[in-house]
Order: sequence, then C-alpha cells, then structure tokens
Amino acid sequence: MARDTRETLDTKIRELNDAIIELASIVEQAILGSVTALAERDITSAKAIYEGDKTINEKRFELERQALIIVATQQPMATDLRRLSSIIDIAGELERIGDYAKGIARIAMRLGDDTPLRQLVNIPKMAEMTADMLHRAISAFVSLDEEAGMSIPKEDDQIDILYNLDYQELLDLMIDDRENIDRATFHLWVAHNLERAADRVTNICERTVFTTSGKLIEFDHTDDESDAF
Amino acid sequence: MNKISIRNLTLTYSDGVQPLRDISFDIPANQISVIFGPAGGGKSSLLRSLNRLNDLTDLTHQKGSILLDDQELLDPTLDVIQLRRRVGMVFARPVVLPLSIRKNLTYGLEVAGETNKDRLLEVVESSLKKAALWDEVKDRLDDPAIALSGGQQQRVCLARVLALEPEVVLLDEPTSGLDPISTGKVEESLQDLKKEYTIVLVPHSVQQAARTADQAIFLLQGEVIEVSSGDLMFTNPQEQRTQDYIQGRFG
Repeated sequence: MARDTRETLDTKIRELNDAIIELASIVEQAILGSVTALAERDITSAKAIYEGDKTINEKRFELERQALIIVATQQPMATDLRRLSSIIDIAGELERIGDYAKGIARIAMRLGDDTPLRQLVNIPKMAEMTADMLHRAISAFVSLDEEAGMSIPKEDDQIDILYNLDYQELLDLMIDDRENIDRATFHLWVAHNLERAADRVTNICERTVFTTSGKLIEFDHTDDESDAF
Repeated sequence: MNKISIRNLTLTYSDGVQPLRDISFDIPANQISVIFGPAGGGKSSLLRSLNRLNDLTDLTHQKGSILLDDQELLDPTLDVIQLRRRVGMVFARPVVLPLSIRKNLTYGLEVAGETNKDRLLEVVESSLKKAALWDEVKDRLDDPAIALSGGQQQRVCLARVLALEPEVVLLDEPTSGLDPISTGKVEESLQDLKKEYTIVLVPHSVQQAARTADQAIFLLQGEVIEVSSGDLMFTNPQEQRTQDYIQGRFG
C-alpha cells in the first residue's frame, strides 16, 4: 500500500469513526429519552423516539455500506481490517440498542396517562448507567483504548443487580395488588430492555479489544438473545 | 515436513553490502511460502540463493547453511545444473525461447537427453495442464510461443520449469507484468501445484502475498522480521514493523 493510499485510508476511517460517534449519540439519546417519556407520561416524545428508529436503521446500513466499500477498494490489513470489521459489527449493536429504546418508547405510548408505579423503581438509574457506558465504550473504540474496553464491561454487573432488584420489587407489587400486574409487566419489559442494551455495550467493548489486540474474547453476561419488546 | 532449512545465512557482495544478514527459517514441503517486504530488502537475493543463481553475481562470501532435504546447497562442490533441475525458477518477465510452444517445453528435457517422443508428448500436455494453459493452446502447440499474450507466455515459462519435474518452484514476482485475469490464473495454478511441489513466491504486492501465502516471511533490510502463517500475518502480525509495512506506513 503506497503512502498516499495510506492517507486515503486514514481519512476514510476517520469519517467512519465520526459516523459511529454520531449514531451512538442518537442511540444514547433514544435510550435516555424513552425512559424520560415513560416517567413523564410524554406520549409525543415517546412517539418521536419510536419514529426516530428508522433514522438509526438507515444510518446503520449506510455505515455498513461505507465500511464494505473501504474493504473492497483499499484492501486493508491487520489493525485496519479488524477495525473495519468491528465497525460493521458495532453498527449492528447500535441498531439493536436503538430497537430496545424503540421498545421502551412503544411501552410509554401503550401506558399513556396511566398512573406510574411508584417512581419506576430503578429504571431511570439503569438508563443513565447504560447510556454512560455506551458513551465511554464508543470513545474507547474510536481511540483504540484497550484498557477502557476491558474495564467498562465490569460495570454491567451493577445494571444486572438493579435489574434483579427491580424484578423482585415488581413481582412484589403484582402480588400485593392484581391491579398492578399490567403496568408491572410493562415495567419489567423496560428493565429487561435496558439490561439487554447494557449487554450489547459489552459486545462493543469486545470489538475494541479485538481491534487493538486481535483477540476474540467474550465478557460474561446473561445472553438469552431474547428480542426487544 | 520441511523441504528447505535456512540457518544463519549471511551473504556479502564484493562491495561489502550484505543483502541478507543472519537469517534463519524453514520452508515446509507442499506449501506456498511467500517472502515479502520492501524493495531492496533481500527477497530476490534469497530466492537466488535457493538454486545458486547468486553464483553468477559478484557475491564474495556466503555464510550459514541452506539444506534442501539433507543436502547442503552452499557446498562449493555441488552440481548446480542438477540442483537447478530440482529447484526451478520463474522470473518476473516471461522470456520464451524463439521456438514453438511445444519446443519451449521439450527443449530442456531434450538437452538433458530425453528422446522418447511419447514421453515428451506426455510432458508437454501434463506441464501445460498444471500451468493452467493447456485448454488455451492445445490446438496450436506448433505456433511460436512469442505470439502468445504476456500472461500466456508467463505460464509457458512456468510449464517449462514444471516439465523438468522439479521438487521446488521459485517464483520472483511472476505476475508483476500481467493483467488481473492472467494473475488470477497463475495464482490459482499455484494452489494446485503445491500438492506436488514446494512453492516459494516473491509476490508483487502485499495483497498477492495475503491471497497466496500458506506461510509468510517478512524480510526487511536483509533481516527476517517475522515468520508466520499467512492467515495470521495479514490479520494480526506480531511485530510492529510488519504491521506498519502491511498497513502502508512505509515501503
């Protein structure tokens, strides 16, 4: 590969990194926004997030298309090749996290003006933690920060703990009063979506480690692969 | 099983330049070993050492060892004509003899004393088939080889080497002047040839190295930097200098 070709490749990879950051930022806002819409019973915002998922999907496919064009035209190798393969993978992970946000937005639309169950238990906290993990996971990938890629997945344990607490608490609410069953079930789905979203953040971190070291590792997390609501 | 073992090989030219310095690695039988690296790194010098073509240059000193099976190739008493039958070479620019396609293939054997017409006929067909050229020239074997396209001429050169039934085939940028279709045909034929022969290839690009290598050897300024499987070398090289080179940061 000649040096001018190298510069072209560097520019194209920079552009793809920018596109990944942009997509991740939209997904992050969708996660936070969907939970806020649920908490504030804001159907208009929930609908906007639900509709906005189309943009996320389009951006994911565009990223994938651009990455494949670079693979075909620049014939990258070693770290470059691993980075491009990871970008394709991460674009897919972001789209799936977007689907979880869309699922939460749909629940917010379904619940509408119903009185919320207490203060949504730990759901807002889980959304904040997931969005924060996602933000840092993407920064780690773009800057090829292997150390951060290795450490961020450990935070997933905290989200799993919150999910399990929620699960127990929502179950108790259902046992206490049959009237709660409908709303508690929806809340359980929301918590489950957030828990799955955080799992996908750890997948992004796995791609950072793969890009920097060439090692394909799997961080431990519950991986039941069930679909978003 | 290793076909060739190179140990601590150092070559020195009369002007003191050392194209190869203390290099050691093995070339496995029935695989494609690809030697790649920037220009001037010693790739061709290394290839020429494997069939003693360096004897024709102003090389003043060779140190170390090159074993072909158990035979020392640097032994000054070695019969180099015999060696070059065992270790054939295809060069970057195809040079066909000013003879028919058929004669290009039988010439070497006839010089070596082969007179059996049936045997010669058989060799023409089998070596052209191995070089993936038979279908294209079988109806015009008595046409002058010079009339063939560049890609076909290069495959005649490969077939000419194969006609002598070597054990090792050395190829020095054999497709550097060829179009992508001819390049593809040569590369494809190498994949078949390795079943019978040991192949050592100096590729004309890193991409060709990645496409063809079972084993890859990265040579930089006369030194072996890294030896590994082709799969590993081009996806996850272990040495920073290899990584920088294959990613186009120098060279």
